Amino acid sequence: MPAILSARELRKHYPGVKAVDGVSLDVEQGQCLGLLGPNGAGKSTTVEMLEGLVRPSSGEVLFRGKPIDAGYRERIGIQFQYTALQDFLTVRENLRFFASLYRKTLPLPQLIEACSLEEYLDRDHRKLSGGQRQRMLLAIALVNDPDIVFLDEPTTGLDPQARRNFWELVQAIKARGKTVVLTTHYMEEAYLLCDDIAIMDHGHVIARGSPQQLLAENFSDSVLELPIAEVDGRDLGELSLVRRSDRVEIMSADVNDTVRRLLSAGLSLAQLKIRPRTLEDLFLQLTGTELRA
Amino acid sequence: MKRLWAMVQARLLEVVRDRSALAWNLLFAPLLVVGMAVVFSGAPPPLFKVGVLGDAPDTPQTHPFFATEGTRFHREASLDEAMVKLQRQRIDLLLDPSSQPLRYWINTDSEKGRLLQSLLRNSDADAEAQPVSGASIRYSDWLVPGLLGLNIMFSSLFAIGHVIVRYRKSGYLKRLNGTPLRAVEFISAQMIACLLLIVGIAAGMYAATDLFLHLRMEGSYLNLLLVAVLGSMSMIAMSLLVSARISSEELSGGLLNLLSWPMVVLSGVFFSLDGAPAVVQAAAQAFPLTHMLEAARAVMLDGAGLADIAQSLAALAAMTAVFLAIGAGFFRWSQD
Repeated sequence: MPAILSARELRKHYPGVKAVDGVSLDVEQGQCLGLLGPNGAGKSTTVEMLEGLVRPSSGEVLFRGKPIDAGYRERIGIQFQYTALQDFLTVRENLRFFASLYRKTLPLPQLIEACSLEEYLDRDHRKLSGGQRQRMLLAIALVNDPDIVFLDEPTTGLDPQARRNFWELVQAIKARGKTVVLTTHYMEEAYLLCDDIAIMDHGHVIARGSPQQLLAENFSDSVLELPIAEVDGRDLGELSLVRRSDRVEIMSADVNDTVRRLLSAGLSLAQLKIRPRTLEDLFLQLTGTELRA
Repeated sequence: MKRLWAMVQARLLEVVRDRSALAWNLLFAPLLVVGMAVVFSGAPPPLFKVGVLGDAPDTPQTHPFFATEGTRFHREASLDEAMVKLQRQRIDLLLDPSSQPLRYWINTDSEKGRLLQSLLRNSDADAEAQPVSGASIRYSDWLVPGLLGLNIMFSSLFAIGHVIVRYRKSGYLKRLNGTPLRAVEFISAQMIACLLLIVGIAAGMYAATDLFLHLRMEGSYLNLLLVAVLGSMSMIAMSLLVSARISSEELSGGLLNLLSWPMVVLSGVFFSLDGAPAVVQAAAQAFPLTHMLEAARAVMLDGAGLADIAQSLAALAAMTAVFLAIGAGFFRWSQD
C-alpha cells in the first residue's frame, strides 16, 4: 500500500542542538504509527515537522507523494501535548470556532457523540477535568474529518480510567480508516494502539517495526522475577541476573532449564513470576536507563 | 524571612534572565534620562501665548508690553488665521504693534485673555480692543476631542498588543497555526474586533460627554466617525507591528510605553503646538494621534468637510497600510 505520509531525511538543527538528525519514515494509510523515545529524543520536533508547523533544516515531508502545501492543513488534525485555547469559551463555542476555520467539517452532533462531550458542552473549557479536556481537544483535532490525526502525548497526566477511555476513542478513529501518528511515553499505550513503532533517541530512529516484530527481533527470552531476599547470598552459577530495587530479574531462553537450576540451588519458587519481555524492557535496553530531563 | 528572600531572588533571576525585557529596561533608562534632560533643561513653558501681527521686532523698544514676564510672543502670518486660534484659545491674545494706537484682540471667554488685557491696559492706556468675529470656543470644546483621542490611543495600543503576546506565550497561536487560518486573516480579525470595541466605546463616551457639555459640532458626524475609525486603525496596526514577534509581556509593555508617551506629550492633546519649535512640530507629524486630533478638531470646531481633512485621512491610511504590511510580514506564530 502506498504511503500516505513520508519523511525524507528530516533534519532540524538549532544552535548547539541537533534536535532531529536524519529521520526517514513512511506511514501507510489507516495505520497507527507510534513515536517513542525519552524526553528530548526529538519526537515532538519530528511530529511538528510532519505537521508542517516547523520547517525542517533539510529534508522534506510528502503527503500522498507530493510535498506538503497550504492545502495540507485542511487534511490533518492536531492535538498538542499542551494546548492553550481562548479563555471564556465553552466547549461548544470552541468546536464551532475551529469548525469555521475549515472548508469540510464533520457534523457537530456526530463529533460530540464520538467524543462523549454531551455532558459538559456548555461549560467553560477551563473548568474541565483532565480527561474531559483531552476528549474536547481530540474533538477539535477531528473537526475537519482529517485524513491524518496527530496526537502528541495525549494521555500524559490522565488517570488510568480516563486513559483507557481515550484509547477506545483512538481505536474508534482507526476503525474509520484514519491514519494516526502518536507520540507517547507509555509502552502499554503503544503496544495497544500502534501497528508500527519507531523508537527515537538523540534525533535518530533507533528501532522500527510492529510491536511484535520489535520484541521478536530483540528478545527470544523470558523474564523470571524473584524477590531479592530469596536470591541474596546464594550461588546461582552462570544465570544472567539483573538486580532491581526489590526483585531480581533472570533472563532466560530456556525456562525449564533455568527453573531446574533454581530448584537445585534450593530456592523457594513460591513467589516466582515468569513474564515475556515487554516494550518497556526494549525501550530501557535501547535508550539506556539514565534519567533525562 | 527566608521564604521572602527566596521569592525576591527567584523573581530577580526571572527578570535578569528574560534578556529581551532586560535589554529593553537598560535601553529605556538612559532614554528616559535624556528625555527628561531635554524637556527640563530649556526655559520653563510660558504662561501666556501672544500672537503678533506685522513685522515690527517683538522687543520692549517697539512696545513696553513685550517685556511682560512669562509670555511667549510669536509671529502670526494673517489676521484670519490668528483669529481662529484666538477663538480656539490656542493663543491668549493677538497684538498689532504696527498700528497707532495699538490694536489688540482677546477672547472674552478666556480668563488668561482678560488678565493679559489688564496688563496691557496698565502699560498702554490707549490700546484699543478690537471686535472678535465669530463665536468663541471654550477650552473644553478643544480639550474633549483630545481626551477621547487619548483614550482611543491607549486602548488601541495596549488592548491588542498584550493579547497577541499572551496568545503567543500560551501557545494558542501555535494551535491556530495548525489550522488553515492565515496570518493575514488572524491579524485582520484581531484588528476588526478591536476596532469595533474601541470605536463603540469612544462613540459612547462622546455621547455621554455631549449630554453634560453640549460639545460644539460644526461638521458631520459621519466624517467624525471616519476620522475615529481610521485613527484607531492606524494605532491598532502600530500595536500589531510591535507584537508581531515578541513573546514577553514585559518587553511589549515597554515598547508600547515608548510609543504612547511621546504621543501624549507631542500630539496636542492638552495644549496646542502653536509656537512650539519647528523640530517638535515636525516630529509630531510622525504620530497618528496628531493627525487624528487635527482632523477631529477640524470637523467638530470648524465644520471641515471631507476634502479639508483629506490630508490627515490619507496620512492615517498610509500609516495603517505600512504598519499592517510590515506586521503581517514579520508575524510569528510560536515562541521559538
